[in-house]
Amino acid sequence: MADDLVNSYRTGPDEQGRFGIFGGRFVSETLMPLILELEEQYERAKTDDSFWAEMNFLWKHYVGRPSPLYFAERLTDRLGGAKVYMKRDELNHTGAHKINNVLGQIILARRMGKSRIIAETGAGQHGVATATVCAKFGLKCVVYMGAHDVERQKPNVFRMRLLGAEVIPVTSGRGTLKDAMNDALRDWVTNVRDTFYCIGTVAGPHPYPAMVRDFQAIIGKEAKEQMLEAEGRLPDTIIAAIGGGSNAMGLFYPFLDDKDVNIIGVEAGGKGVNAKMEHCASLTGGRPGVLHGNRTYLLQDDDGQILEGYSISAGLDYPGIGPEHSWLHEIGRAKYVSITDKEALAAFTLSCETEGIIPALEPCHALAHVAKIAPDLPADHIICMNMCGRGDKDIFTVARALGFEMGEGD
Amino acid sequence: MTRIDAKFAALNAEGRKAFVAYVMAGDPDYATSLEIIKGLPGAGVDIIELGQPFTDPMADGPTIQLAGQRALAGGQTLKKTLAMARAFREEDDTTPIVLMGYYNPIYNHGVDRFLKDARAAGIDGLIVVDLPPEEDSELCIPAQAAGLNFIRLATPTTDEKRLPKVLTNTSGFVYYVSITGITGAAAAEAADVGPEVARIKAQTDLPVIVGFGIRTPERSEVIARVADGAVVGSAIVGEIAAGRSPAEVLDFVRGLAEGAHRA
Repeated sequence: MADDLVNSYRTGPDEQGRFGIFGGRFVSETLMPLILELEEQYERAKTDDSFWAEMNFLWKHYVGRPSPLYFAERLTDRLGGAKVYMKRDELNHTGAHKINNVLGQIILARRMGKSRIIAETGAGQHGVATATVCAKFGLKCVVYMGAHDVERQKPNVFRMRLLGAEVIPVTSGRGTLKDAMNDALRDWVTNVRDTFYCIGTVAGPHPYPAMVRDFQAIIGKEAKEQMLEAEGRLPDTIIAAIGGGSNAMGLFYPFLDDKDVNIIGVEAGGKGVNAKMEHCASLTGGRPGVLHGNRTYLLQDDDGQILEGYSISAGLDYPGIGPEHSWLHEIGRAKYVSITDKEALAAFTLSCETEGIIPALEPCHALAHVAKIAPDLPADHIICMNMCGRGDKDIFTVARALGFEMGEGD
Repeated sequence: MTRIDAKFAALNAEGRKAFVAYVMAGDPDYATSLEIIKGLPGAGVDIIELGQPFTDPMADGPTIQLAGQRALAGGQTLKKTLAMARAFREEDDTTPIVLMGYYNPIYNHGVDRFLKDARAAGIDGLIVVDLPPEEDSELCIPAQAAGLNFIRLATPTTDEKRLPKVLTNTSGFVYYVSITGITGAAAAEAADVGPEVARIKAQTDLPVIVGFGIRTPERSEVIARVADGAVVGSAIVGEIAAGRSPAEVLDFVRGLAEGAHRA
């Protein structure tokens, strides 16, 4: 047992909420008691069968889990190498993996007696998922969204409003996802007693990175069982896109101790990982720092000021990354690469044409890396990529990038 | 004994309350900011809180955030903030300076190097908003070892159980944040603050200074009366934002300081 634990990559975080040097609880004193209470309540829920019974029921009947594991046959033929499977989390209710985590946090919030839910959102998928589950439970929902993202993700803003959420466009700082997170933290500091902060990714102060990972780990758990059923063995490579890194952590976590499985995270390379920082590749182009409650790799300047990332995909547009990814990167258990806007757009078209699946721009980054490596791999090499979101929200952005006149909506 | 300890000993001997002023280093520009800082002791300021700008000040309201953005746009860096303290020290060797900000610029500078540079620049204490007691090994303990005070924030959410933990490695003074909220928000009532200060003082001999939401000489007086002093930040920064001259800003500060000193 002791030896197993020593050899496990799945024991983190430690009591300080650290994965190696990453993670931690870098928050103001006002929030500290709340975070400790959340940790205590989460620890309790985690070992409570009734908590998981409620989760499993809603995952099945409300979200539509398990999501299929789909053999992408025409894509595989087109690439002419490795066998490509897609974990179809874009088929979830609300169109992305985000709801896996939201459901967990909101059930927890209800157990804690919180009546008001706040969230930050970039592309709007986490905001939509949060607004959805709040509507289902009759909870007040406030979503902070960068003013720039409000503009480029109008369909999701409208969805959130239809679902009864208040969407607050964030203009502080530069009005982006990181600023939305700042404003959500400010709201939380101000409304500590009745408010629960539902963070959308595996970042933030402990226990969020671990808690969000645990809720998203359903992706990898299902993928593992489904792959064993389909192929009688585990995949050789698993691949997922990373902004903050929640869909990736969810897929990776159950496979961390399967040492023959290659793990690849794909960051947003934007216009290229260059000195001008026109990308969001925190691991490839950043260095360790402290932001939003945790130590992790960040895009920052020489003075330790945080830089704005850039990506065509609003969901990957964050200058940090979950601390567990920083740790997996440093110890070398997972490999992290980057994909440019252009490559992601090519993958978008490829998925539409070969599989009839209109993907979100986020998983297009993962798919683009699949397209890059699959042709050189043998036919018995199995790749599983996470198709973590559907592309409805992105059609205006893609239309513009491909030079197609849409008129309305963007 | 740091300059902070000496200052409180002197105030105590005179039976006076402390007036603490916060300004953002480099706002609106380096030269104007330095001129204001140099004028603060003459305007009655007992302790200077020198804000180090950060792109993501998650515990601050819009006033301080915008001040930070102005400073950063003007090229302010941690090195320049330390240079500013050094320039101030050439003329004033007694007024304590507390560097206030967020951890990342310090972490990025390197903790050991920062502590050495801060000491050399004449900084006396640190308030680092995003370093709670749970992260004491990062900077708090090394800072105390280097002879700098590490001033902690206590808040209305710091309950009885948690207070000893907050006070343990605190030195210089305790900064009581009188509201749950961000800087520049609405003020707390003195009637609510008094018992909170008493609650903290029951567990420490350190002075307790109260801040957040104080905007006028009257509030400064009322709050200082129930504590060991008052801190004003956003209201002063707001004057700088409005384009007031250093002399006008210092006049405004003088009024606030007189309020606290009447207490």
